[in-house]
Formats: sequence, structure tokens, C-alpha cells
Amino acid sequence: MALPLLFFLGVRIYPALLAFNVSLHEWDIMSRARPFVGLDNFRQLAADPVFWKAATNTFWYVAITVPAELALGLAVASLIQSVNKFQGFYRTVYFIPYITSTVAVSWVWRWLYFKNGGILNQLLLAVGLPAQPFLSGPAQALYSIAAVVVWQALGYQVIIFLAGLEMIPPTFKEAAKIDGANAWQIFRRITLPLLNPTIVFLAVLGTISSLQIFAQIMNMTSGGSGQGDLGGPLNSTLSLVVYIYSLAFYKFKMGYASAITVVLFAVILVVTLVQMKVLNRRIEY
Amino acid sequence: MRKRWQVVTVLALAATLFLVPGASGVFAKQVTIEYWQYYYESKAKTMDELIKIFEKQNPEIVVEHKTFPYEQFNQKVAISVPAGKGPDVVNLYYGWAPKYVEAGYLQPLPVDEFSPRMIENEFLPMVDAVKLNGKYWGLPTAVRALALFWNKDLFKEAGLDPNKPPRTWEQLQDYAVKMTKQDKGQLLQEGYAWNAGGQDNHVFVQVLLRQWGVNPFSPDNKKVLWNSKPGGYEAFEWWTNLATRYKVGEPEFMGDYRTAFISGKAAMMIDGSFALGTLKSKAKDINWGVTTLPVREANGVKSNFGSFWLNGLTVNARGEKREAAIKFLKFLTSPEVMKRWLTDVGELPARQALAEDADLQKDPIYGPFLAGLKYAHATFFVDETSERQALIDATNEVLLKGTNPRTALDQLVQAEQKVRDGYFK
Repeated sequence: MALPLLFFLGVRIYPALLAFNVSLHEWDIMSRARPFVGLDNFRQLAADPVFWKAATNTFWYVAITVPAELALGLAVASLIQSVNKFQGFYRTVYFIPYITSTVAVSWVWRWLYFKNGGILNQLLLAVGLPAQPFLSGPAQALYSIAAVVVWQALGYQVIIFLAGLEMIPPTFKEAAKIDGANAWQIFRRITLPLLNPTIVFLAVLGTISSLQIFAQIMNMTSGGSGQGDLGGPLNSTLSLVVYIYSLAFYKFKMGYASAITVVLFAVILVVTLVQMKVLNRRIEY
Repeated sequence: MRKRWQVVTVLALAATLFLVPGASGVFAKQVTIEYWQYYYESKAKTMDELIKIFEKQNPEIVVEHKTFPYEQFNQKVAISVPAGKGPDVVNLYYGWAPKYVEAGYLQPLPVDEFSPRMIENEFLPMVDAVKLNGKYWGLPTAVRALALFWNKDLFKEAGLDPNKPPRTWEQLQDYAVKMTKQDKGQLLQEGYAWNAGGQDNHVFVQVLLRQWGVNPFSPDNKKVLWNSKPGGYEAFEWWTNLATRYKVGEPEFMGDYRTAFISGKAAMMIDGSFALGTLKSKAKDINWGVTTLPVREANGVKSNFGSFWLNGLTVNARGEKREAAIKFLKFLTSPEVMKRWLTDVGELPARQALAEDADLQKDPIYGPFLAGLKYAHATFFVDETSERQALIDATNEVLLKGTNPRTALDQLVQAEQKVRDGYFK
């Protein structure tokens, strides 16, 4: 018991506390002097337009991907459950993107999204629609990335939803059917409430991973030169974590970057607590 | 049996160490210094060979050579600073030097070994970009300049003379328009590989602005003067018009400008001498030429952007390590090493006498770059990453949002000034 606890404290909690400490200093990797500056980093952050852009973008990633993943995941899982043949095949097909390396997935999508000669634009042109800028357009880039995130996470949602659906005893549905309930009523009154724990679990995990979105952005919109320009044209895809990374490892501003990690930590904590409180209801029949 | 022999051998070896006069002395005297650079195959290989030569000349010195991938190099060096470890002699991009000097990581070159007068007489003028607080903080082995690359096959195809690349920017624009191919708004071929994140970033600051009559920075480098004269606005407008009005290229076409050119999908591009290696190995299917950068009008101002990687002494080099590091630094900046560097790595020598070598000037590939060196300016960066990003953002404002180029330039100068004010505060 003591050893796992020690490991956890040493590897997880202690570095986290260190980050709090770093966030209170002007901490440039390169300079030996690291003066304590109190809440200066947080004050600077409040007035930093790039931080707010990253925060807004991150909010949109969550607001788009989490509901989309839940809705599509449940829809696909219900469809798979209703077919009798090839269930295993469908499950595999939907799960494959999830187990594929995010970096590989992102690069393939980067090429599919190419403005000139990309397959998506070729398809649009073939059916007579105008070509779209996708990742190179500030108005579309964020949605383009969110779509890939949803596409990739869908498999996981489907599997968990399928498990949740299997857990619902068929007797409930049969009883409702005898009582004359239609399919929508069964879904609304029986399936959905009994899936609540599954939905809470997926919503919380989905939100946390969306708040921490990083790899897709780095691989789909970073500049070809590999230096800077990580968050797409005019920071249109920049998320908080990507901003933290660029501050810490391209500009070496550890203190300022840590301040943002502290803010992100607080946001994730609050959002998760609220979600647990609001979404978690005990339902018994 | 075997064990006994081992013991005997070890004892015998130990005995020789003590008995042979002077043997222990040699070991005690030997100094090991560390040299870091980023990994590029030909650079790493040549450096290994050069180190062997240096060690033969200086048997009391051992040089350990370490390389890191380019993407990680700056991080690795920066992280080694607070750790108090790392190299004694380090290879750094000149644009990073101010940050490293400010961090107290580099020590100035010793004046008795590298006198400022010697440096100013013998090295190319662009090395003054690493003269900070009146001292030199490093010297390059090689320097780089920009030149215009053109694809002769695409010139021919468009009915242009494949042996006459554009001499003025106006010609470049005309030719680029002729060679651009589009279909339903899809770019199929670029007339000119337009970009803001690659070398064109420097072309705007050090070439276009100067040719449009604007000195980009105040002499003390504290003020950004890009919009101080009407010429600055005109230059920015002309440059962005290539992409917006004439649509001769897009920054993201084929991924990046160099890939577009190598794939034969861009008729012209501006790139540095450091691209020659990649071009020689990868652009085998296309017939390319290279020439000096265009001017605004015939006999107009010539300008170029020069850059280099300096070899600097870090604060780790103290005492006899420092002596050894200085010797190594002298070796790295000697004419012999520069000649070797040019033939084996393909980078231009940093010494004036070599850069003016008549045979070299006639070389069809190196010639245009060497010619450019004479009027090349190295931008004094205080934070290269942020400064480049600001320029990329400004062009994106114009290209993607349709912002008026004048407004975009004003905002850009404000952003660049803020970066500088932060450094000079």
C-alpha cells in the first residue's frame, strides 16, 4: 500500500505542486535568475489576447466534440446493437481509428484537407461545389480539426455505449412494449435513463480530453518549418495546451506557461465537478 | 588459467603506466572539451573528420562531438544552461545569440586571440550581428545567402527563355503570372513559390524594404522602421499583391515552398545556400538554375539576407578547458576549415578573402550566393520565433481576411516593436 502511494505522490502530485511554484516565478529556462513575481504571470495572462484566443478555441473544441461524440456514439451503438449479423465486424471498423496513432491519423487528414489537390476538395469539385480552404482558412480550420477528433474518438464511444446498452435488462423493454410504448418512448424513458452512468463517464472523459487537445493541432496545422506557427493561420486552431507548449518549449517561458497550466487545471477540476453533480443521477426501477 | 593471465596483464599494464617516464604525464595533461551542433549528415561527418585533424595537431586535446536533431537543438542547449552542463564550444543560430548572451551562457571571445580589428578586416561584415555590448560572442565557419531558383523546363513550357531568369521584381511578377496554372480556383502550378514563413520572410525585411528605400531598423536596432516611409507600405503591398491579386502562389501549396519547387510544381522560389544539398539530392528530375536576387529597377539597390551559425564559447569552458576551446575555435574559423566546409558541406566561407575568390565566384551554383554575400544584411533578431510569427500573422491578415495591407503593416510594426521593447527594456 505504501509503495504505490509513494509512487503516486512522487510522480504525480509532487510535479503538479512544482508547477504551481514555477507559475509564481519569472522562470526562463535560459536564465539563472528566477525571481519570485507573485501573481504577475496571471495578471499578464489576463491581458494576453493570444491566451484568450486559445481559451475560446478550447471552449469550442469541447462544445463541438463532446455532444457530437455522445450523439453519434449512441446512434451508431444503437444501430450496431439492432443488427444481428456482423456485429463484431462493425465494432472493429468503428474501433480502428481509435487505436491508430493520432499522429498518423492527423497527417493523413492534413493531406485529405489540402486546399489544392486534396481529396476532399476533389470530391467537392466533382459534384460541382466550390473548393474549401479547410485547415488553411481561419474560419474553417477549428471545425476541420474538431471533425477529425470526433471521427477518431467515435469508436471508443461506440464500444462503451454498446456495453452500456447490453447492461440494460431486456425485461424492461419487453414490459414496456406490452404496455404499449412505442420505440421513441422506450428509448426516452428506459434506454436513456439507464445509460446515464455511461453518458456521465463518456462526457467527463470526453471533456477532459478535449480540454487537453494537442496532438491533432500540432500535426495538422503547425508550420512546415517546424518552428513556431503551431496554432494554424492567425491562431485559429490554437488550444490552451498547444499555447503552453509553444511558450514553454519554443519561447522558454516556463513561469508563464506554468501559470496557464494552473488555470487549465482549475478549469478541468471545476468542469468535472459540475458535470458529476449535474449529470449524475441515480435511476432505479 | 585464463583468469591468471588477466591478472598478469592488468598488473603489467599498471606497471608500465608507473614505470614509463612521462606516460602518466600525458594522461594528466589531456583536456577534453565538448562541441555541440545540430545533426545534418554532411555537417556531422565533416566535423568528425575535422576533429581528427585538430586532435592530431593538438594531441593534448580531445574533442567530444555531440549532435541533436535540428527541431530539438535549441531546446537541448537552452536546457543545458541551468543544468550547468553541456558544451564548451557550441554552434548556434546567430539570431538566438542575444538570448543566450542575455542568459549569461556565452562568454565573449578573448580580445587578444580574436581582436575586433582582425574580425572586421578578415570576416564578412554580416558577422557584426553578433557584436553585442561592443564585444564579439562567436564567429562562423560558414555563412549563407539567398538566391533565386528557377525551373528551366517550366520557363520553356511557358514560352520564356529558359536561360534568362528575371532580373527585376517586375519581370519576376510577369513571368510568375505566365507560369501560374489554375483550374476552378485550384492552384495546379505556382509561378512563384510565395511564402511568409520561409525565406521570403527575410526577403521582405532585408531586400524589398531596402530596395523600396527603407532602412528596416534604426542603427541601434531598437526601432522597427518598416512603415516609416511610404516605400515601406508600397513594398508590403507589392509583396502581398503577388499572392492576393496575381495569385501566383499560396504559402501552403504542396506543404511548403521548397517541396513545391522540388516537385516541379513551382516555377521560381527564393531559398538559401543551405537548400543546395537538398536540391542536389532530391530535385534530380527537374532542370533548375540559380541566380542573384532581383532588383527593383536595372542598376537599382542590390540587397540580400545573410545568416550564419556561430561557434561560441560557453561559460562552461574555464581554465585549461577554455585554452583548449579557444584553440578549437581558432581552428574552426581558419581558412583551411572553411575551404573544406565549402567542398564537403557546400556552405559559403565566412572570410572575405575566400568569398572573393575568383574561381569560386564563377561557379554557376555558388557564384550567385557569393555575389549576394557582398551586399547581404543579417537581421538582428531579439526573439526570432516571435518576430517571424508576427510577420506570418500580418500576411495571413491580408491573404485570408482581406485586411488592407497598410493596416496590416501598421499592426505588424507595432507587434515587432513590442518584441524589441521587451528585450531592450
